[in-house]
Amino acid sequence: MVHSSDLRTELGKVKGLGSAKHGVSHWMWQRLTAIAMVPLSIWFICAVVGSLLSPDVVQVATWFSSPLHAIPLVLLLLALFIHAKLGVQVVIEDYVHTPFMKYALLLLNKLVCYVFIVISIMAVLKLHFLNIGAGV
Amino acid sequence: MPSLNRPTSPHLTIYKPQISSVLSITHRLTGVALFVGSALVVAWLWAAAYAPAYYAEFHGYLASQWGQGLLIAWTAAFYFHLANGIRHLFWDIGKGFSILQMNFSGWLVLLFTVAATAGSWGYIYQVMGQ
Repeated sequence: MVHSSDLRTELGKVKGLGSAKHGVSHWMWQRLTAIAMVPLSIWFICAVVGSLLSPDVVQVATWFSSPLHAIPLVLLLLALFIHAKLGVQVVIEDYVHTPFMKYALLLLNKLVCYVFIVISIMAVLKLHFLNIGAGV
Repeated sequence: MPSLNRPTSPHLTIYKPQISSVLSITHRLTGVALFVGSALVVAWLWAAAYAPAYYAEFHGYLASQWGQGLLIAWTAAFYFHLANGIRHLFWDIGKGFSILQMNFSGWLVLLFTVAATAGSWGYIYQVMGQ
């Protein structure tokens, strides 16, 4: 593709400086996950306060057997950690300016978010498929 | 970049704190704090699914004085980020930019944060009978 109106310098191009071309997608996902989490997070807080404060693990696990609980929770966890990854990424980009530290933290941020997604969703699915209290 | 000891122009410290700027940085701070706090949600799910024998112990930590303090702070950060996030969504569609509206919505966010946090924990303590 020929950019006839390209204002970037040759040095800038060689060093790979300039837009990563992910700006719109970043902005949009930040908002989409935010909007999704408005009802989902309020629902989850209500669920925690309403039925998940018990010290009894069986009682807590029973809550997860319903798909009406497990499915929105998986959606919430996905939205939460995508939102967190995008948000913390911007904070790092804004405040950390030493190249090594910046890229190390950006990678760590991605890693932590993806690991949290996998662990939390696996735990929800395990509790769901244990199916404790089904038919009660 | 070489760190030159040049004089810098006055930055944030020269400004009187205003509701707009204070809430803006608080949104970031609560966002990062909630991310740290989300590790607790992951740990809670892990304990329930993979370490049920230790679930009561984990619950005990959260129900301790320190745990409750942490959870109350976490709840307040959550309600703030939720309300101020909705404020941001209105700005995204171009609404609420006048000084009067911004100050009003800002104080509304703070009022909501305090009321919702107090309400939630008032309910929890009532239910738990403490």
